[in-house]
Formats: sequence, C-alpha cells, structure tokens
Amino acid sequence: MTAPTIHRRPLVAKLLEGRDDRLLVITGLGTPTYDAAAAGDDPRTFFLWGAMGGATMMGLGLALAQPDKRVLVLAGDGEMLMAVGSLATVAMKRPANLAVVVLDNEHFGETGMQPTPTHAGVDLAGMAAAAGWARTMTARVDSDIPALVDAARNAPGPVFAVAKIMAEKLPFVLPPKDGAYLKDRFRQAVLGHV
Amino acid sequence: MTEAAAPNWPDDIYRALKGAGVRQVAHVPDAGHARLIKSCDADNDMQVVTLTTEEEGVAMLCGAHLGGERGVLLVQSSGVGNCINMLSLPQTCRMPFLMVVTMRGEYGEFNPWQNAMGLATEAVLEAMHVTCYRCDRPEDVGPTVANAARYTFEGGRPVAVLLSQRLIGAKAFVNE
Repeated sequence: MTAPTIHRRPLVAKLLEGRDDRLLVITGLGTPTYDAAAAGDDPRTFFLWGAMGGATMMGLGLALAQPDKRVLVLAGDGEMLMAVGSLATVAMKRPANLAVVVLDNEHFGETGMQPTPTHAGVDLAGMAAAAGWARTMTARVDSDIPALVDAARNAPGPVFAVAKIMAEKLPFVLPPKDGAYLKDRFRQAVLGHV
Repeated sequence: MTEAAAPNWPDDIYRALKGAGVRQVAHVPDAGHARLIKSCDADNDMQVVTLTTEEEGVAMLCGAHLGGERGVLLVQSSGVGNCINMLSLPQTCRMPFLMVVTMRGEYGEFNPWQNAMGLATEAVLEAMHVTCYRCDRPEDVGPTVANAARYTFEGGRPVAVLLSQRLIGAKAFVNE
C-alpha cells in the first residue's frame, strides 16, 4: 500500500465548505475536533472532547430527530474502531441523512502516534459495507476527494467514507469545550430554543 | 410474585413514556423489557433502535436531544457497567437522559454471574451523577417513570428507574 498523500485539514475544510443551516456536524474527540475548529467555528458543529466511541451514535440520534437535515460525523480511526458495533446498529435503521467520514491516519494521534488496527490492514469501509451501509468508499489520493465530499454531503445514506490521511502532527486549534454551552448554542441554532 | 399481582406495569411504562413525549427508544433487550419493547415497536411515533452495546444508547439519546427529541434507554443492570464513561456525555453537557433498568443479581437470583454488576448498579450510576429511583411494587412503576421523565426532561439531570428483581420476578431457568 502506498503512503497516504491526503492532508486532513484541507480535506475537512472542503467537507464543510459552503455549509448552510441544513448541515449538522458532530466531531469525534481528538484531532477531528481540531480539524473542524480550524475550518471555522459554527454553532451547528457539536465538538466532542470525550465520550470516545459515541460520535456515530450521537449522529444516529440526531439524524433520526432531524430527518430533513444532513448529519455529518467526522471521526478518527481510533474513535471508529471503538464503535464498530454501531456500524451494525446504524445499518439496521438506515438513516438516509447520515454520513460518517473517518479521518484515518492509522494512528492514535493524541497519545503518541501508536499504530491502530487500520495500520495493520483492518478495513473500516469494508466492515461498514458488510454491515449494509448504503454507500461506502475509501479515498486514498487527492483525486478521490471530490467524490468523497459529494458522497458525504449529498448521497443517500447512510454513507460511510474513509479518508486515508497522512499521520501529521498539526498545531492545536481548540474550539469551545464547555459541553453545556456547545449543546445550548447547537439547539438554539437548530431548534430556536435551548 | 403471585399471579394475582401480575401487573400491567410494562404498559404503565409505555403510557408514561408516551405522556412524556418520548420518541426514540434504544435498548439492549432484557426479558423484563420484552412486553414494553413490543409496545414501542408497534407505535409508529416511536423509533426503536436495537443496540449492540448499551453505551451506544447513551450517545444516541444525547444526539436526539441535540435534535430536539426525547428518548429512553432500556437495559438490564449488567449493561449499566458498559455505560460508565459514556455517561460523562449527559453529565458534562447538562443534557436530560432517561434510562429504565431491569435488575438482576438480587432477590431470588439463580445465576451468580449476575450478582457483581447487579449489586454495583446503583453505586455506579450515582457515581456518574445519575439519580436513581427504585421500584419494588407494580403500582409504583407508572408514576415513577412519569416523574423520572419529568425530572430529567424538565430538570436536565440524568435519571435511572431501577425495576427491582422482586418486582419483575427472578428468571426461572427451567425448560418449558
């Protein structure tokens, strides 16, 4: 397998580019949270700073509650590997408005860059496909990015897209971390009340 | 439990959940919840989600709250242990969170493997700032669930209703 060439921050910026009030975003803890913050703070982004393994299921609950909105979960490979059971859970409900993008650098980036199972070849998109997600894909080179962004933003879901990204250690860009504040501003923006 | 006392408390829970506006029902099945799950499955206004592990339901219902819907997590006491770290989510974010727990490992338990988590369930929940309401009598179940729902959806603090094994009846382990 060739070494990845995709940079994570421009990819996440592309995923969120031109977002409107139909797009609701949940970021898994660690670097995906910082990537989304680097792309620009937004009340319709719920940044997780903990609750590892919960991002995809938060996305499911939100997608079921807001069927007319698009729900995009940005997760690291460590986050997703902790939640492989949710691949089955989501597949049973088949929410058409949910997309999960895994930013897969094949390492636990927050804790010293230890390799994850995807480094040894575990195929998360293959697992999602086997579970029955409507659309699955793996982007490996920059030329795969437009199709990944289009699938994440527009394709009938549930969409599961893995982006094989470089294992870069990037500067922290830290969004607000008060969970009650993040929740209140999200609900205010989406529901019109806290 | 005597036949005469065989109650309709699962239906009382269903009515309490309907009255509270619950629309998402996440569960890892337990025999004690079987009748309630059936009622929820038959309700077109409820989304029933079968989980692979209980903590998925904690995260799911927090997502539901972000989207303006109310939900409930139905689990057995053994599953409470699986939820521990994920309970940081409703606590940290001051989100409502309602769970109904069928207890094992207490009154009349046959299977010693249920005892460890069953006996630790209430302590674990309280350590994670989940208020516990315990039910031993069938007539208390409906009002307890209704008030737990009110407590969490209006008051914003996570709550668990513990349905005791004395209420449910111990699993028999006999071939029919």
